[in-house]
Amino acid sequence: MVATSTRQMTADLLVIGGGIHGCSAALHAALRGLRVIVFEKDTVARHASGVNAGGVRKLGRHIAEIPLSLHSMSIWRHIADLVDDDCGFQPAPQIKVAETEAELETLRRRVAELNGLGYTHERILDRQTMREHLPGVAEHCVGAIASLDDGFAQPYQTTFAFQRKAQKTGVRVLENTPVERVFKSGKDWKVSTGGQEFTGRFVLNCAGAWGGEIARQIGDHAPVRAYAPMMIVTERLRPFCTAVVGATGRPLSFKQMPNGTVVIGGGRPGVPEPASNRTHMQMAELRHSAQTAMDIFPVMRAAQIVRSWAGIEGLMPDGIPIIGPAAHAQGAFHAFGFSAHGFQLGPGVGDVMAELIATGRTQAPITPFSIERFPQNPTRAHKELS
Amino acid sequence: MNACDLAIIGAGPAGMAAATEAANAGLSVILLDEQPVPGGQVYRAIETVPEERRKILGPDYQKGIGIAEAFRACKATYIPEATVWNINPDLSIDYSRNGGSAQVSTRHLLIATGAVERPTPMPGWTLPGVTTAGALQILLKAHGGIGDDVVLVGSGPLLYLLAQQMIVAGVPPKAIVETVDRERYIKAARHLCSALTALPYLRKGMSMMRQIRRAGVPRYSGAHDIRIEGSQRADAVRFFANGRAHHIETSSVALHQGVVPNQQATRLLGCDHVWNESQRCFVPKLDEFLESSVENVFVAGDGAGVAGAKSAEIRGRLVALRVAGRLGSDTDAEIRALQRQLRRDEAIRPFLETLYAPSDEVMVPGDDVLVCRCEEVTAGAIREAVDLGAPGPNQVKSFLRSGMGPCQGRMCGLTVSTIIAERRSEDPGSIGYYRLRPPLKPLLLSELAQLEREPTRDEPL
Repeated sequence: MVATSTRQMTADLLVIGGGIHGCSAALHAALRGLRVIVFEKDTVARHASGVNAGGVRKLGRHIAEIPLSLHSMSIWRHIADLVDDDCGFQPAPQIKVAETEAELETLRRRVAELNGLGYTHERILDRQTMREHLPGVAEHCVGAIASLDDGFAQPYQTTFAFQRKAQKTGVRVLENTPVERVFKSGKDWKVSTGGQEFTGRFVLNCAGAWGGEIARQIGDHAPVRAYAPMMIVTERLRPFCTAVVGATGRPLSFKQMPNGTVVIGGGRPGVPEPASNRTHMQMAELRHSAQTAMDIFPVMRAAQIVRSWAGIEGLMPDGIPIIGPAAHAQGAFHAFGFSAHGFQLGPGVGDVMAELIATGRTQAPITPFSIERFPQNPTRAHKELS
Repeated sequence: MNACDLAIIGAGPAGMAAATEAANAGLSVILLDEQPVPGGQVYRAIETVPEERRKILGPDYQKGIGIAEAFRACKATYIPEATVWNINPDLSIDYSRNGGSAQVSTRHLLIATGAVERPTPMPGWTLPGVTTAGALQILLKAHGGIGDDVVLVGSGPLLYLLAQQMIVAGVPPKAIVETVDRERYIKAARHLCSALTALPYLRKGMSMMRQIRRAGVPRYSGAHDIRIEGSQRADAVRFFANGRAHHIETSSVALHQGVVPNQQATRLLGCDHVWNESQRCFVPKLDEFLESSVENVFVAGDGAGVAGAKSAEIRGRLVALRVAGRLGSDTDAEIRALQRQLRRDEAIRPFLETLYAPSDEVMVPGDDVLVCRCEEVTAGAIREAVDLGAPGPNQVKSFLRSGMGPCQGRMCGLTVSTIIAERRSEDPGSIGYYRLRPPLKPLLLSELAQLEREPTRDEPL
C-alpha cells in the first residue's frame, strides 16, 4: 500500500506492530474517534498472534495481570459484538492437574492467596471432581486447580477479525511495511518506512519480540528477547477432553479442539530467528512435551503428530509485559513483551491503551507493567544485558 | 557420532545412482528410504516383480534392474523402511523405523524424494472408485490386479504409458478422456526440432500411441467441464468434447495431470523455490551442480524438476561426483560429461511440458470443488478468504485449516497457491507456498518421545 497525500501520511496514532495487541489497540482507538495507522513489517498475525495455542485463560495469571485478564474476559464473552466475528471462541474450563500431593498443596496455597485478595475464579478440584471434568486423565493425578469459565479461540481468525473490524472503523493497516525509524519531531512523532514519513501525535509500540528496538528509538530500554514456544498438533481423535489442561510440576498445555485434533504445547522453546522471521523446531526437546502428554492422557500414546510449529514471542526477564507510557518521551506508549501469554489479554489491553492514549489516563492498574521497572540509564541497561 | 560424507533420502534412480557413485568414489554414504526394497516409484518392486509382470511393465522399467544391482553391490549403508520425519538445520536427519526414532548426521545431503502426482481437484474427485494414474500403476507393479472398466482422465505421458501397460496386461482402459486439445499439439510442435535430439522418447511415445489405437481404446481429446458422478461411489464420467456432451459409465476412474517435484523436504529446509511456468509448479532453485540455496543440500531426480528416470540417474551421479570433488577427488571432467548428457536427455521436456500442460480446470477449479480433502475446504472458500484480505497460503491455511490435515498439505498446496495467484492476479512465485514444519510424515507421539539427540546411533536401528 502506498500513501500519497499528506492527509494519508498523518494520523492521531501510529501503531507499530499488526498482532493482536496492535490491531486491538488500533480498533479501540478508532472507536474513540482517533485516526490510526498500523505498520506491520510482515503480514497481520504473522507471528505469535496468529500461531499461538489460542488459550483464553484467567487461570494461573500473575497476580498483577488478573484485573486486566478479567477485563479482557468480559470482552471475550461477547467478542462478536466487538469484531463481528466469533473468533472461534469456545467457553471451556482451564484445568491444571497435580500429579502428586505436594503439587496439590502448592495449588491449595495459590487458591488461598487469591481468595485473600478477593479473587474467586480459581478453585481446587478434588480427585473425583477432576475426573468428572477429565475422564481420560491418568490414574496417578490427585487433583487440580481450575478456572471453569475460561476458554479458547482461534488465534489467526481472531487477529484477522480485529484487523478487518479496525479497517472497517477507519484504521489503515499497512502490511509488509517495516518501520525503519521512529523519532520525535517537535510535538509530533514520526515513523519512516520505505522512504516515506508518517506523522502522528502518538506512537504505540506493539512490536512484540521486535519491541526492544522500537523502544530504544523512542528513548527507552526494554530487555525483551525473542522466544519461540513449540507446539504440536495431532490427527483427529475421538472426543475425550473438553477442557484446556496444564500440569503443575512440568510444563504442559493440552487441549482437544472441537474437530478432534489435540494441540500440545507449553514445553521447551525452539530457536527463534527474529531477523529472518524463522523458527527452528527442536524435536529432541519437544519429546518432553510428548512424554508429558502421554503420561497425563494415556490415550495419546497411539496418536499421530501431523504438524509442529513455533511462533516468535517477546519474552521479558520477569515474565510479564510492558504496558504503559514511555519512560521519558511524551506521547509514546508500549504494549509488548507479553511473554507467551498475551493472546487472552489482547482485547482488554487494547481497550486500556486506547483509553490511556485518548484520555491521558486509565483506571486499569497498569503500574506493575511500567517499562521503568527496568533500568533506563543506558550504562546500567548495558550492564544488565551483559 | 561421526557425520557421514553424504546422506541420501530416497532409493529411486537418483538416490541409488548417487549412492553407488559416491560409495565407489570412497565416500561414506547412508541412504534412507521409506520402502522395504530399492526402486522408488518408477522402479517399484524392481527386484521382486515376477517375470510375467516385468514384461508388462516394459523395457524401460527393466533398466532399473542394473541400477538396483549396482546399488546393492556398493558399500553405501542402506536403511530401508526408514521414514524421515525431520531434517535439522545442521543436516542431521530424524527418522523412525520399527516404531522407534533415530538420527543420522551428514556433511552433505541429497534429497532424492522424486515427484508426486499433481493434485487433480474436479467435481467428484473424492468419491470412492476415483484414484490417480500413479496409484493404479503402483497396483499394477506391486500386485498386478486392477479393474476392467477403468476410465483414464487427464493429461501427461504417464496416462499413455499406463494405458499401454494395461493393454499388455489384458485389462485395457474403457476410455481415455484427454484434457489436451488440438491447439496444444500445434503449440508443442514448435518444440519438436529441439526434441529431435531425444528421438528415443518420441519413438517410444509414438509406439505407445499406436498400441493404444490398435487396441481400440476410445480417446476423447480436448475434454472439458469434466465431472465424476455417483452418490456413494463413482459410477460415471461426464464431460464435453468437440462440442458434444459425453457420459461414460464406469466404477473406476484414474486421474492424472502430470507429476510435480515433491517439495516437502526442500521446503522444510528453507531452500529457495521458483515457479516454473513451463512445468506449472514450484521447483527448488539449484545451481548447475544441483546444489540448493542451502549450502551442502542437493536435489536430484524429479524433485529437481521433472525430467524422468534417465535424467534422475544422471543427476544422482552428478551430485555424487560434485560431493566427491568437494572432498578432494578430481571429478570435473566427468561432471562436465554428465552435464552434457543431461542437456541431451532433457531436450524432450519443452515439447512434453507444452503438450501435456495441466488443464486450467485443475489448476484453478470452480468454486464448488473441494481443494483440501482432509479439511473439506472448497475453491470458493479460498477465494472468499483472499477477498477478505488473506494475502497468501499460510494465512488461508490458518483461516480455513486447508493443508492442516493428515496429508500435510500434499493434496492441496499447489492448488491453494494457484487459486490465490489467480484471484490476486499475481504470479504463483510471488504468492509462495505453505511453510513446512516437521514432522514430514505423521509421527506417533510415542515415537517422538523416544527420540534421543545424544548419544545418536551410527548403526541403523
